[in-house]
Formats: sequence, C-alpha cells, structure tokens
Amino acid sequence: MTDLTMRIWRGDENGGELVDYTIESQENEVVLDVIHRLQATQIPDLACRWNCKAGKCGSCSAEINGMPRLMCMTRMDQLPQGPVTITPMRTFPIIRDLVTDVSFNYEMAKRVPAFNPPPMPEGGYRMQQIDVERGQEFRKCIECFMCQNVCHVIRDHEENKVNYAGPRFFIRYAELEMHPLDTNDRRELVREKMGLGLCNITKCCTEVCPEHIKITDNAIIPLKERAVDAHYDPVAWLGRKITGRKKRTADEAAADRP
Amino acid sequence: MAVDDVTITEVKLGGRRGGPDVPTLRTDKWWKLPLTTVVVLSAFVVYATWAAFLGTSNFFYEAHNLLSPFYSPCFGHICQTNNVTSSPFLDWWKFSPALIILVFPLGFRMTCYYYRKAYYRSFWRSPVACAVQDAHTKYTGETKAPLIIQNIHRYFFYFGLVFNVLLTVDAVQAFIWPGGGVHMSIGTLVLCLNASLLWLYSLSCHACRHMCGGQVRNFSQHPIRHKLWKFVTPLNAKHMQFAWMSLVVVALTDVYVRLVASGTITDLKIF
Repeated sequence: MTDLTMRIWRGDENGGELVDYTIESQENEVVLDVIHRLQATQIPDLACRWNCKAGKCGSCSAEINGMPRLMCMTRMDQLPQGPVTITPMRTFPIIRDLVTDVSFNYEMAKRVPAFNPPPMPEGGYRMQQIDVERGQEFRKCIECFMCQNVCHVIRDHEENKVNYAGPRFFIRYAELEMHPLDTNDRRELVREKMGLGLCNITKCCTEVCPEHIKITDNAIIPLKERAVDAHYDPVAWLGRKITGRKKRTADEAAADRP
Repeated sequence: MAVDDVTITEVKLGGRRGGPDVPTLRTDKWWKLPLTTVVVLSAFVVYATWAAFLGTSNFFYEAHNLLSPFYSPCFGHICQTNNVTSSPFLDWWKFSPALIILVFPLGFRMTCYYYRKAYYRSFWRSPVACAVQDAHTKYTGETKAPLIIQNIHRYFFYFGLVFNVLLTVDAVQAFIWPGGGVHMSIGTLVLCLNASLLWLYSLSCHACRHMCGGQVRNFSQHPIRHKLWKFVTPLNAKHMQFAWMSLVVVALTDVYVRLVASGTITDLKIF
C-alpha cells in the first residue's frame, strides 16, 4: 500500500488554508471513503456533508482537484497521481471546512411559480406517455447544486445572484414550460427576472451534472428559444407594428394553450 | 400569471468563499481545448478573409463546373470576368461577391449556440474552462447590446437554408460538364460532401429543433411536429461535430477548387 496526500481546505468565515494529510491508500475507495477514514483517524473535527454514499442525495458536493464533483462518486484510482486537493464549493459562502451555505438555491426555488393546472375535468387529468417522458430527464436532478457552483455567472460575479436563477432552476422552469397541464407562461419571467440572458451557454453545468442531464441543450436553450418566440422575434415585432396589435399578455397566451 | 405577480425573495449577498483565492485549482490540461479552438477558428477567419478580399480569381473551374462555396451564388463584375453564370441580381457589384455572401453563413455561425460556447470560452475567456476564473470583472452576458443580437439566430438559420439549397444546386450542376453528358470527378464529390455537411449542420441547429417541435407544450396533440423533433434531436446531439466538420470542409472545398482552377492539381475524373 502507498501513501496518499489529501490536501484539504480547512477554515471558516474568518479564513482558512489548504492542509496536507497523509494516509495509507486502500483499494476500491472513493474520495468520501478517504475523508471518512481521515475523520476517524486524524481529523475528527473535519466538517463535511454526506448522506447516501450512492450519488443520489447530492450532499457531498465539493471541488476535487479544482472540478466540482460528488465525493462519493469519485474513485481514488481514477484521479491522477499526486496530492488530491479537496475544497468546498466556491460559489457559496463557507460555513466550515467543506460545508457551504447553499441557501441561495432555496431562495431561488421559492421564486419558481408553482405548477398551475386547469380545473380538474370530469374523469381527472389525462396525460399521454410522450408528454410524461419529456420532463422525466429534468426530474433526475438530485440538487447537488454543482451546476450552480460551476456557473461563472454567479461563481465569478456575486452581484448577479440577485437576479439569476441558475441552471438547476432553469431546468425546473423548462420542465414546467413543457408540462402540458401547466397554464402559467413563464417566458417573460425567466427573461426579465431570472437572468436567462446572463447564461452564455458555456455548458459547464452540463459537464458537471452527475445525473448527466443535458441542462443546456434540453432546458436552457429551449427556454432561450421560447424567450425569442415571446420577445425578440423580429417578424412578430414587425407584424405587431404593421397591424397595430399589441403583444399578447402571458395570461392570453396561456388561455390559448390546449 | 404576470411577471410582477411573482414574489422575488431576497438573496443574501457576500460572505466569505471557501477555498484558496486562486484562478483555478484544476490540474488537468484544461487549456488544450480552448487553445485548439483559437487556432482553428483563427485559421478559418484568416483564410476566409483572404478568399473573400483577395482570392478573386481561380474560384471557378469551368471544365468541370466546380464553383467555390465562398462565391456562390456568383454575381457582379468578377463573376462575369471569370465566366461564371452569374445572377442578374446585383450585377453592378464591382467587388468580390464573397463580401456579401459570407455575411449570412458567418452570421449563422456567430450566433450558433455551439460556436457561442466555443468563442466565449476560447476568445473571450468567460470562462476559458469550467471552474477557471472568468477573465472579466463585470459580466452582463447576453442581456445587453451587442450580445443581445444573438437572439436573432433563427433568422440566420433561415438564410443558411437558402445557401444550402444554392450549394446543393451547385453540387448537382457539377455533374453536368460544359462538354455535355453526366460526369463525376473528385471535385464533384467534394462539392457533394460540402453541401451534405452544411445540411447536417443546419438541421442539427438548436433553433431548428425548437421550430420543428421543441416549442410545443403538448407533443401528443402535435404528432407531426413530434416526429420532426424526434428526427432532429439525435442530429442536435452531434451539432458540435457537424459545426467543425462543415467549417473545415467548406474551407477545404474552396482550397480544392482553387488548386484545380489554377492548374496546381488535376481534378481526377471518375466517370
């Protein structure tokens, strides 16, 4: 067995530093296993969130060698030789060691207008399988917030947090926009208040998603195209100018839906 | 639901971030991909600029009816002096027709969702790679001029389709040689490959996928649009590959036509 060097960020809101810990390597371990062994043998006060150890709870998000990853799904034998650097998610304020305050995401979740179906018809709601399948991909999200963490819009520009829902909530908006029973029209909302235009499609959210959700291709770009339908379409704009018709309100658009 | 009806909850800003204050802690070779993008895109821009401004001869090989894609549809004085069947449209134009022609494919590619990712990362470094610090202190994304213009991508897509049709016609005409009869040469195949890749690039476009069926809320009530959407979705997954292949092949097609027209190489006849 060889020795591993684990370079872990230790600190809190008052500051911190990277500290090296040496521990014997073991076969078939993931990063979280090594963290647990370190907690058990050397640093019992190391703060770290974890829960399922199966990549389904989204608790153990961290940055491993600089890239956002789930500690429970990152195999030690797939990391390059040399010290393994583990730091907390960079985008959110630090609480302690590897634990961050992700409440920004909960505030953004509160802003999402709830699912709003039409009155229940006689016999109940009916949905076809092809309509059900469309939103399934988005429901795989485990809320690890790594997409929010890696998004440079808020990672490197704190001021944008005020009006930027972020990739995790864009998939929620997309899921609702594509739901055949939802009557809300969220296109103007995501454009005006949720910062859809701030996203410059660099696809980092898709790269880090542990559930392999095609966040950019299947949620953000379709939302951008819907915003174009509602707001930027020059042919529609010209038509409105010529005919004198005003742009439809969100309520009118929703009322036209099947 | 109106936009103003939505409760905008307060977000607490500030708070110390964890981790060391360095641009990145990544240890892999994250710079390789953006560097490759810069090299290939710059090479294309330099070559296309030369071809549009200075390469106003040898863009047509009359014997095998091969016309460079940069000069199709051909119009103006330069086409007349090179014996290309030119369009009566803009026949007074004295400069290279490529100066006008290239605006549309260039606009399509500049506003393309894939190329946006490529050049925002590699040229604008915003960010240059995931989890690497943005090179700019202020960021407004595509919310303000000039980048808000990216929202007209679908209109460049429509123009792109027109050019695809024209280049397909050129490829078909390359089978019919001035001496008569139907023939095929390596040049004919090059033009066919170029037109095919441009069609694949256009059909795999995100705006195309949206207009085919992505914009509907209810697939079950729009079965034809659902079928169209299902057809273009696998193509869309390969959009990046088609973007690069079509870009390289369109430049190589121009190179091939010029080499043949200048007599540097011979366009081998297949039948």
